Amino acid sequence: MSARVNAITSTPALRARRRLGDRFGDVFLHGLTGAAAAAAGALLVAIAWKIFDIAHPAISKYGFAFVTRQGWDAIHSRFGALDLIWGTLLTSFLALLIATPVSIAIGLYLSELAPRGARTVIASLVELLAAIPSVVLGLWGILVLGPFVGQDLGPWLHRHLGFIPLFDGTPQNAGILVAVLVLTIMIVPITSSICRELFLGVPTELEEGALALGATRWEMVRGVILPYTRTGVGAAVILGFGRAVGEAIAVTQVIGAGYGIHWSLFATGDTLASKLAEQYQSATTKIQTASLVYLAAILLVISLLVNLLAQVIVRRFSHQRTGGS
Amino acid sequence: MDTMGAVAPIEIAQAREAPLSASDREAVFETRGLTVSYGKAPAVSNVDLPIYRNLVTAIIGPSGCGKSTFLRSLNRMNDLIPSAKVDGEVLYHGQNIYGDGVDPVEVRRRIGMVFQKPNPFPKSIYDNVAWGLRVLGMKDDLDGRVERALTQAALWDEVKNRLKKGAFGLSGGQQQRLCLARAIAVEPDVVLLDEPASALDPIATTKIEDLMHELKNEYTLVIVTHNMQQAARVADMTAFFTLERTESGGHGVLVEYDETPKIFTQPDDKRTEGYVTGRFG
Repeated sequence: MSARVNAITSTPALRARRRLGDRFGDVFLHGLTGAAAAAAGALLVAIAWKIFDIAHPAISKYGFAFVTRQGWDAIHSRFGALDLIWGTLLTSFLALLIATPVSIAIGLYLSELAPRGARTVIASLVELLAAIPSVVLGLWGILVLGPFVGQDLGPWLHRHLGFIPLFDGTPQNAGILVAVLVLTIMIVPITSSICRELFLGVPTELEEGALALGATRWEMVRGVILPYTRTGVGAAVILGFGRAVGEAIAVTQVIGAGYGIHWSLFATGDTLASKLAEQYQSATTKIQTASLVYLAAILLVISLLVNLLAQVIVRRFSHQRTGGS
Repeated sequence: MDTMGAVAPIEIAQAREAPLSASDREAVFETRGLTVSYGKAPAVSNVDLPIYRNLVTAIIGPSGCGKSTFLRSLNRMNDLIPSAKVDGEVLYHGQNIYGDGVDPVEVRRRIGMVFQKPNPFPKSIYDNVAWGLRVLGMKDDLDGRVERALTQAALWDEVKNRLKKGAFGLSGGQQQRLCLARAIAVEPDVVLLDEPASALDPIATTKIEDLMHELKNEYTLVIVTHNMQQAARVADMTAFFTLERTESGGHGVLVEYDETPKIFTQPDDKRTEGYVTGRFG
C-alpha cells in the first residue's frame, strides 16, 4: 500500500520541496482570502460603529423620540427624522412601484421577444442608463424633467386623478414626483438587467415544455418563466429599493427641500440622504452635525435591513425554484 | 435475450397486435419534400413520409441524421430556433401546418411532445398536469382529468398521496411519466416522443415502453430513438434515417420506411441492413 503511494511521488527531496511550496501556497491563499473576507466584515462593523459614535451626542440627547418627531429647526436645535423617513420611504416605494413592472417588461422583451440582432444593442443601451452620473441625472431633472412635471404631467394628473390624495395640490417644478421619476430612472437599469439575466437563465426545455402543450408565449411567460424566477425578481426589486433609499445627490437636486408629511406628490420634501447632502457642509452646531449623522445611522439601519430582507427571501424561497414543496 | 453482441438478432415482440393492414391505415401526417435547414445547411432533406393513426412509428438512425429535427418539424417546435427554415410540406389531416394562416399554437395543442430530458415545471405534481388544462380552458372536472392522465401514464398510484408536493422530488422515470401525463392530459391527437427513455434506467424505460402499447389505442405516437431494440419492441412502423455525406458536410435523409418486422429482418436497402445488424459505418 505505502509502496504504491510512494510510487506516485519521485524522490524524498522533491517531495519535501513540493510539500514546502504547497504548504506555503496553501497558507498564503488561505491567509489572503481569509483576510479579504474578514476585512469586508470588519469594515462594515467599523463604519457602523463610527457612525453611531459620531451620532452619539444626538442619540443621547433625543433618544428614540428623534425617529418619531417631525421638524428640523436648526436655530432652536430641535431635530426630528420622521419627515425624512417618510420622504425616503415614499419616494423609494413609489419609484419601485413604477420600476418593477417596467423592469420586468424590459427583461422579458430583451430575453424573449426582441429581434435577436437588436437584443444586445438595446440591452447595453439600457445598462448605459445606469452609467449616467447621478449628479448629471439630477441636473437633467432640474432642467427638463422638473418643468415637464410642473407644466405638463403634473397638471394632467391633477385634472384626471386629482381625487386621489397623491395627485392633490399644485404641481411644481421640484417635488416628490420629480424625485420619484429620477429614482425610477436610476433603478430601472439595475433591476431590468438582473431580470433579463434571470429570464435568460430559465432552462430552454422548460419553455419548450410549455409551448409544446399549446401555450402561447404570454402563457409560457406567466406560467413558467415568472414562477421560475420570482425569487430572483423579488431580490432584484429589493436591491433596487436599497439603491433608491440611499440616493442623495440627484434627489437633493429635484426634491425641493420641503417639510412635513404629505401624501401629495406635488409637494416638496426631503429624504434622509438628501437632508444629509444639503446640510452637512453647512451645519453650524455640534448637535446639528450629530443629528445629521443620526440620520445617517437611521439610513444605514434601513439599508442593512433591506439587504438582509433580500438575502432572507433568496434563501427562504430559492428551493421553490427546484420544485421542493 | 442477448443484447450485448453488436450483431445479435433483434427480437420483435410477438405479443404485439399486428399493425393495421396497409389498406386500413389512415395517414395523420404526410410530409412532402420536407427539408429543414439551420442557416444554409440542411439538417434533414427531402423527406416523404406518411404517419398513420393509432400506430407507433419509430424513427431510428445514427447521431446527426436529423431524426429529432424531423420530429420537431411535425409540431413546429423548430420555430423556436431562429435559424431554422422549413421547405416542403407537412400535411396534417391534409392541411399543411406550415401553410399561410396556420397558428403554431393551435398545431401544438393537437400535437403534444415529450422531450429527451424530463422537463417538469417547477410546480406541484398536480399543477404540472393541471397547468396545460387550465391554459387550454379545459377546466371542467379538473381533478378527474388530472387523475385520468396520471393513471394513463401509470403514475397515479405512486403520486396520489403527494399531489401537492413538488415535481422535482420524483425520480427521473417518474418525472418522464409525469411529462407524458402532462402531454396526454390535454387530449392531443398525436404525441411526439423525442428519445423519451434515453435518460432513464432500464426499469423506467420498460415502463415507458409498456405505456406506449397502451396509449396507441387512443393516440398516434411517433418516437425518435437511437435504441434499435426499443424501436423493435414498441413500433409498428419504423423509418430509418441516415447521414448522407456531401462536400459541405452532410444532411439526414430517409432511407427506408416500412413495417417494423420488415425493417429489422429483411430490409430492402443495404444501409438499413448494415445499421440494424450493427455493421454501420
